[in-house]
Amino acid sequence: MLAKRIIPCLDIKDGQTVKGTNFVNLRQAGDPIELGKAYSIQGADELVYLDITASHEGRKTFTELVKRIAQEINIPFTVGGGINELSDVDRLLNAGADKVSINSAALRRPELIDEIARNFGSQVCVVAIDAKCEDNTLYENGDPRIDGNWVCYVNGGRVPTERKLFDWAKEVNERGAGEILFTSMNHDGVKNGFADAALRKLADSLTIPIIASGGAGTKEHFRDTFLNGHSDAALAASVFHFGEIPIPELKQYLTAEGVNVRL
Amino acid sequence: MEVAIIKYNAGNIGSVENAVKRLGLEPIVTDNPEIIQKADRVIFPGQGEAHSTMEYLKAHKLDELIVNLKQPVLGICIGMQLLCRHSEEYNTDCLGVFDVDVKRFIPQKHEDKVPQMGWNTIEDTKSSLFKGFEKPEFVYFIHSFYAPLSEFTIATTNYIQPYSSALHKDNFYATQFHPEKSGVVGERIIKNFFEI
Repeated sequence: MLAKRIIPCLDIKDGQTVKGTNFVNLRQAGDPIELGKAYSIQGADELVYLDITASHEGRKTFTELVKRIAQEINIPFTVGGGINELSDVDRLLNAGADKVSINSAALRRPELIDEIARNFGSQVCVVAIDAKCEDNTLYENGDPRIDGNWVCYVNGGRVPTERKLFDWAKEVNERGAGEILFTSMNHDGVKNGFADAALRKLADSLTIPIIASGGAGTKEHFRDTFLNGHSDAALAASVFHFGEIPIPELKQYLTAEGVNVRL
Repeated sequence: MEVAIIKYNAGNIGSVENAVKRLGLEPIVTDNPEIIQKADRVIFPGQGEAHSTMEYLKAHKLDELIVNLKQPVLGICIGMQLLCRHSEEYNTDCLGVFDVDVKRFIPQKHEDKVPQMGWNTIEDTKSSLFKGFEKPEFVYFIHSFYAPLSEFTIATTNYIQPYSSALHKDNFYATQFHPEKSGVVGERIIKNFFEI
């Protein structure tokens, strides 16, 4: 049986790992390659490296880092951040990334998804969606209602768009993306659980895997997103970086709770 | 030991090169027939689509070269499917080392997403490729097409139905999964291949 995946996410700035809380206040959390190796040994199923540097110089540094990651890490890894056109995808795949994650560029020019799928295959194309439920009153059991007004954001969650989450996710699926990485901005950094109602609606209506992101605080949150949110994978950063939830312990727990994970 | 990795128009070849280097060897990534023929081990890797890769192999005369190799050969992912007789992917005639027809996964329920992407187990392993394996181990897959069970099956995986996750005939070995991305289990499989 195909296992549910646990994915640590490493935000990279100037060659170092950082993690924001609610997308601001960056804290240092170690060397990206050493951290990636440690996660791989602990049993992480994949890694995501997000380049949050904006400068051209930073881009080159990140590409060099991707080459070193590919040489040293023996599990699949996705890279994202600042991918605007097909040549960026080509550069990062050539450096050794298994998949690329695109976000703002896809919202600005959705055809990029088709182009990546056609040129490199759907399996390399992860589309990240940052969305926020704008109706603050529409909550059920602490979770924003799925029929609320979920707006997609660009530029690292700073700028709202006209796009709505479920319509956009459907279009992303139809254009040939291989996976969707959905971050609920209402849940991100709060450590109160993933956006399971919205995740479940995505997982049950789309034909591609859904990666849950934003909100992991306890082991139970991972169980809930797999069992109730129907997520195929769960991504988190700080709970792993600061050792709050060791991956081996998390996987033992999930197995005991009836979630099929790789041990 | 000389290891040749066949260079052609498929993706992911660098990952195999990196994996072999992590084992302390210096592989040569090449489409040069002489180097490939003389190598002690040949790896036929890749990720991609059957029709365009097969056309490329024929245009570069790599098709005849591959089927006539005598040393141990390891096909990976699309490399494995190309070693079969035929693929449903754009109705492609392949190399025919394994008398097996590659089929497309047909989802039976909503959870059956295609491609299969992620970690699944290999069971009923029977080959020196899996020397030292005592229980079903997880390995990494990305694929939309599969080889049905056959007399060549040396490992079985269950996704939608049981299918061949590895094949063997004479000097040809092949895995549907990516050992180069399968952590320590994958490293062991590549090491076993070098020790055959």
